[in-house]
Amino acid sequence: MTIDNGVNVQALLDARDVLKGAPEAAQFTWRAQSTWSNGVHSQTRIQNFFGLGAEQTHKSEAVFDADHPEVFAAQDNGITPIEYLLVGLAGCLTAGVASVAQNRGIQLRSVEATVEGNHDIRGILGADSDVRNGFNDVRVTFTIDADASKEEIEALVAQSQKRSAVFDALTNPTDVSVTVA
Amino acid sequence: MAGRVTTVVIGAGHAGLAASHFLSERSIDHVVLERGDVANSWRHERWDSLRLLTPNWQSRLPGLPYDGPDPDGYLSMGEVVGLLDRFASMSRAPVQAGTTVTSVRRSGDGYRVVTNQGSLDARTVVVASGACNLPAVPAFAAAVPKEIEQLTPFDYRDPSTLADGGVLVVGASATGVQLAAEIRRSGRPVTLSVGEHVRLPRTYRGRDVLWWMDASGVWDQRHDEIDDLSRARRLPSPQLVGTPERVTLDLNALSAMGVELVGRWAAVRDGRALFSGGLRNVFALADLKMDRLLATFDQWAGTGTEAGPSERFEPTRVPSSPRLQLDLRGGEIRTVLWATGYRPDYSWLDVPVVDEKGRLRHAGGVVGSPGLYALGLPVLRRRRSTFIHGIEDDAREVIAHLAHHLATSP
Repeated sequence: MTIDNGVNVQALLDARDVLKGAPEAAQFTWRAQSTWSNGVHSQTRIQNFFGLGAEQTHKSEAVFDADHPEVFAAQDNGITPIEYLLVGLAGCLTAGVASVAQNRGIQLRSVEATVEGNHDIRGILGADSDVRNGFNDVRVTFTIDADASKEEIEALVAQSQKRSAVFDALTNPTDVSVTVA
Repeated sequence: MAGRVTTVVIGAGHAGLAASHFLSERSIDHVVLERGDVANSWRHERWDSLRLLTPNWQSRLPGLPYDGPDPDGYLSMGEVVGLLDRFASMSRAPVQAGTTVTSVRRSGDGYRVVTNQGSLDARTVVVASGACNLPAVPAFAAAVPKEIEQLTPFDYRDPSTLADGGVLVVGASATGVQLAAEIRRSGRPVTLSVGEHVRLPRTYRGRDVLWWMDASGVWDQRHDEIDDLSRARRLPSPQLVGTPERVTLDLNALSAMGVELVGRWAAVRDGRALFSGGLRNVFALADLKMDRLLATFDQWAGTGTEAGPSERFEPTRVPSSPRLQLDLRGGEIRTVLWATGYRPDYSWLDVPVVDEKGRLRHAGGVVGSPGLYALGLPVLRRRRSTFIHGIEDDAREVIAHLAHHLATSP
């Protein structure tokens, strides 16, 4: 029986081999372009990125509205910026589960993830200087239906975290510089 | 010292001496160059309480099986030195002590070996200088505040030499867990920074876990049969300690002793150590991997092996809220001990056979420069190569290749 999770693992393995000897081609820059709309609403567009030594373009431009909910006295024209982190984490870990499953010959039938970030907003409001601005913790719960044992599914999820860009970006410090042009 | 010899062996540890044993067996004239004395690293670069991880019956060398009274015990460093001294004299290894190799380069049909005692020309060279010449310490160590003393396992001897106060041990391989336990027992608060690690129980179903590795054939797996060889060669040493009580020293044992576990140390920012929030996953990876290994033992044992019933161990307990940062200026930590691994030193090797990560390129000990060989590196020819008793088959096969080279090259 052929396993098909829709991931072209061979292409990824080939890329790994090629890039081992060509680290400069492995350098990517992801870009977003944001414009203030009004209030705490902004719009961010993403279309171009750099990688494999050249400018690259997504098939189409994607537009993301970020705002805050009405309980924040805002217009709720889009999700809260910190919720975009949950989108990134869920998307990255799920992609990892599918890729690792393909590589290990495991057929997936369904993969659902519930992602919750606990956030004490006294930090961002400046109400308590001992409270941090970001998440206190993040919990991801996967429900996976696949032709595999419980241990194999747990190993898929563990390996997905081990190779996840967003998991790494959230769990490890990153040097972030913000400047005025 | 000057002149010609057929083979130069660099290093008089277990690997170099085993090479000499098989060279003598084939009457190939050679010399073993040693910067210090036989077993130099074991004499001078280990902490006082260290014992081998492998049980004594596995501490065997070519022609020298273990015949002592305690096959299930673990050799102390003094005993390892004694074993290697005995092996050297028994095999009449032509060791030239106090001779530091400063350069090896291609010359004519072989190599010019330059030392602090003069030069030698050799048709073949066996590099047996070890895998752990230098402690590997991350670059951000330079950002640790000056009031904190930083040590590597090369500097550390016993807890009495440490400042009173907290110790941050970095790394959870065999070295890290052993030193964290020893320092905690001295009464000092210990924080252990844990990245990817290899968890093993000391005994499984009533036998040493390394008996299972040996008997079940896991250690027989050849270098050319391993999917990700470079990963297998970089694997941290398993969380094991050699004690008479054969205790398990995993992270649960350390937690029970009061050692605080934190994630992988990722950076220093504004005098604070920042730890990864991915601790749970490194626990999960290690627990799953251990269970898979134990399942292969069970499968191999079937019903025909004399051993106790199958066992599974408590998953690694996750601290309720592991700290993500620690103020290094606050006085809580007085010492940082880097148990972050070791690397070989090939700065003297003027032959282009070292990769961009500083590792020797070789296929089962055959280096990609004719007449140049390596022994005593992790997973050199099979998984067993990492351990002392792995050297016998490796040295026999590598020296056979070397002899063939001598016989067939002009």
